[in-house]
Amino acid sequence: MRRLLTVAISAITLLAQPPVQAQTPNVILIQNATILTVTHGTIEHGSILIRDGKIAAVGMDVKAPDGATVIDAAGQFVIPGIIDCHSHIAVDGNVNEGGPAVSSMVNIADVLNPADINIYRDLAGGVTTANILHGSANPIGGQTVVIKLRWGKQANQLPFEGALPGIKFALGENPKHSNFGPPAGTPARYPATRLGVEEVIRQAFTEAREYKKQWDDYNRRKAAGEQNLLPPRRDLRLEPLVEVLERKRYVHAHCYRADEILMLARVAKEFGFKVRTFQHVLEGYKVADEIAASGAGGSTFSDWWAYKMEAYDAIPYNAALMQERGVLVSINSDSAEEARHLNQEAAKSMKYGDLSANDALKLITLNPAIQLGIDNRAGSIDVGKDADLVIYNHDPLSVYAVAQKTLIDGQVYFDREHDLAARPALEKEKQALLEKEKKAAEEEKKHEEKSNKSPEKKQDQKKKPLKPGDSSEGVSGGGR
Amino acid sequence: MRSRSCRKHARLALIAACITATLACAHAARGEGGEPRYFAITNARIIPVSGPAINNGTIVIAKGLIQAVGANVAIPPEAWVIDGKGLTVYPGLIDAGTDLGLPRPEDSSGGAHARKSAVPSEIASGPEDRPGATPWRLAADELKIDDKRIATWRNAGFTSTLTLPDGGIFPGQGSLINLAGERAGDLVVKPAAVLSVSFKPIGGFFSFPGSPMGTIAYVRQVFIDANWFAQAQPVYNANFTKFERLPYDRTDRDVNNSLRSNEIVLLPANSSVQILRALRLADEWRISAVLLGAQQAYAVTDILALKKIPVLVSLKWPERPKDADPEAEETLRDLRLRDLAPSTPAALAKAGVKFAFYSDGLAAPKDIFKNLRRALGAGLTADAALRAFTLDAAEILGVSDRLGSLEPGKIANVIVTDGDIFNEKTKVKHAFLDGRWFEVHEEAPPEKPDEKKPERGGDFPEADAAVAR
Repeated sequence: MRRLLTVAISAITLLAQPPVQAQTPNVILIQNATILTVTHGTIEHGSILIRDGKIAAVGMDVKAPDGATVIDAAGQFVIPGIIDCHSHIAVDGNVNEGGPAVSSMVNIADVLNPADINIYRDLAGGVTTANILHGSANPIGGQTVVIKLRWGKQANQLPFEGALPGIKFALGENPKHSNFGPPAGTPARYPATRLGVEEVIRQAFTEAREYKKQWDDYNRRKAAGEQNLLPPRRDLRLEPLVEVLERKRYVHAHCYRADEILMLARVAKEFGFKVRTFQHVLEGYKVADEIAASGAGGSTFSDWWAYKMEAYDAIPYNAALMQERGVLVSINSDSAEEARHLNQEAAKSMKYGDLSANDALKLITLNPAIQLGIDNRAGSIDVGKDADLVIYNHDPLSVYAVAQKTLIDGQVYFDREHDLAARPALEKEKQALLEKEKKAAEEEKKHEEKSNKSPEKKQDQKKKPLKPGDSSEGVSGGGR
Repeated sequence: MRSRSCRKHARLALIAACITATLACAHAARGEGGEPRYFAITNARIIPVSGPAINNGTIVIAKGLIQAVGANVAIPPEAWVIDGKGLTVYPGLIDAGTDLGLPRPEDSSGGAHARKSAVPSEIASGPEDRPGATPWRLAADELKIDDKRIATWRNAGFTSTLTLPDGGIFPGQGSLINLAGERAGDLVVKPAAVLSVSFKPIGGFFSFPGSPMGTIAYVRQVFIDANWFAQAQPVYNANFTKFERLPYDRTDRDVNNSLRSNEIVLLPANSSVQILRALRLADEWRISAVLLGAQQAYAVTDILALKKIPVLVSLKWPERPKDADPEAEETLRDLRLRDLAPSTPAALAKAGVKFAFYSDGLAAPKDIFKNLRRALGAGLTADAALRAFTLDAAEILGVSDRLGSLEPGKIANVIVTDGDIFNEKTKVKHAFLDGRWFEVHEEAPPEKPDEKKPERGGDFPEADAAVAR
């Protein structure tokens, strides 16, 4: 939630539905590719065998079994699907529930919108998995969900199976509502200071502890056979916080400044929960040791800052410096547009911070996979992992790289060639629908005129051209 | 008006003209005991909906109910007989979702409170503040019989509506009403027909709920609380000394009453994404859900059929916004939706999903029929359309034991037309509501506000409203 970039790609806007896909073949071989595995180096002229949506084999001498669909990727590059650790795509309505200081009762998973065109656009940029976060209007925000960009599938088929759910926290100015105020006459929401932000988090976890105790107590007494018990009232606001305390839910905390990062690390330690990732974390380089010691990851931008006061003290070396000090680092987009070139964002850390190509690639693949607890299934090209893959025409860390195909679970969800080929037909369909609508409107108008034959109206219409002003306008109009 | 209608009904037997004369005004006659309560329409084509059409039959109406329908039916001696030659008899149509009968927002005659009460005037910080929750409101309790649309709808063949309260997340309960009566209470067939829920955020950025996910969380918490309330109350009542005092919450109490009585919960869902979401929530919340809107249901008929969830289809088909920028490029998605939405009823019928229609704010019945004709053009059969407007609507709303077909024992909501009900040229000749005969007026052109006489002044709130506009 920092600023909105809107880049209209009108051609892609046309795409209302996923491109027609053949029934997923069970066995696919991608051959002749340069394979950047991320975990075990680069394989030139290699092949990847996909069986039932999983990577079945990777290597130089993997052959296509009978009946396999072969994708020839000669001269092309294959990387693991890009994982965007901070995204707000595919959400119906506002990503902020801004009223309460603790909005943990709301859940992004309830409002996933599988028809959001940004899913398809991000697929076109090689993204296969995204961490869909609540906004940053609250010290403790809403529940979050990791999805695969399975364009064309239903909302309940998007969540990444087995990925732990998360919750958004936010520190600094946004949860203070410092950049905007309520309408005149309504009181400003607490908190209005950084001290208040901390207090809200403490208070919420104090309540969550008490709530957990109530339930534990109730369950114990019930198990002991006690009669006439009143169960505690379920509180949707506190339930996810109990899950955080029980380490069943990840905390993704929006932050910028070093002081607030240290604050949350201290509060987490005190209450016995873990911050899974610090998001944005632009001053992370200043407190990288402390972040590393807390066990949290850092998910940052390559070179995006100074869009507000608290985001000034940032440097493009942030990712590299944090990594150097032992922080697990990812580069995220926080933007449906930037998500389409996360490969380039990652590559910037090679210029700023001298990361190796493989370490740069990790920033958008394996590292976010670990941060989201899905590295058993995603983030690298290894046998047994999900076949979430991107095929590029050039080295993905170069500015010339354009994604050609994006696969999720071994299924092609984006195919540049098909997309381009489908555009004329879609444009034709669009024109036909516009024409149909126009015709229907004309017919309706005619019909209505016929049925409302009012003599006065008719006269009016007949009179019109006789008015001198009208006719002269008509002539001059025609002469131009 | 009366004499004109007599002329137009030249085909009627003399006796029918006498009825007209006797019932110069049905309302006036009613209290004086002079109103006939027995009618027989003979020689008519009768479409009972519940069974096959009867080509030359008689229907007998007695004291508010249908007494007999058939080819050979005894006519009670006290009945007024209408020769139905060339006429068709249908069950009265049901508009399954409207605010008809409720004060409208611009109506200053005491309606403002009723409509606005649910919109929060204070900042709500969470579900516990119960923003926009007035589940106790019954549309039946707020009816205004001076709503001119009551007669307009009736003249077009509608005899019942599901009238829904508006405003907030739990606006209240919708009532099934008949479109005739001297007092508001006379109209009400089923006061608590449906519990309305809205997912539309009402809080803006600064008040809860300000997002769709906020409204869902809110509704979820209220359902949980309502159940908890029911569970906790008896335990507490038997053990005052053991527990902290229970809070009193009117929302909990009334939502719980609705849920316990298995009242239909209306969930708005228009796009296929919203429909699938609503189906999941209905499962999670274990409610008897009926979907409202459903214009993109054509894309998800299979799952609707599988889940056996009925839908109320909005007849206000999506259109290009009237004030749209002519230069703005439209998406193929919008164009497809606008093209295909009218195919939803046919698709639902084909898949075996029970559905009814509702007018969804359309200004006049002619728009309802105009839009229906688009659905007919997209493959919906006239039979299925008629079912949707009558028996299926009654079944969905739990009143098929009283309404929706021409069967003995049902409430005599009966309309008589001079042709096929959905034909543009067809006119409704007679309307019976609760077995009372109503003169059918030609639809008058809408009054122009400036033709009203402002000097009528403060005694006439309608005039005031007209001036204010």
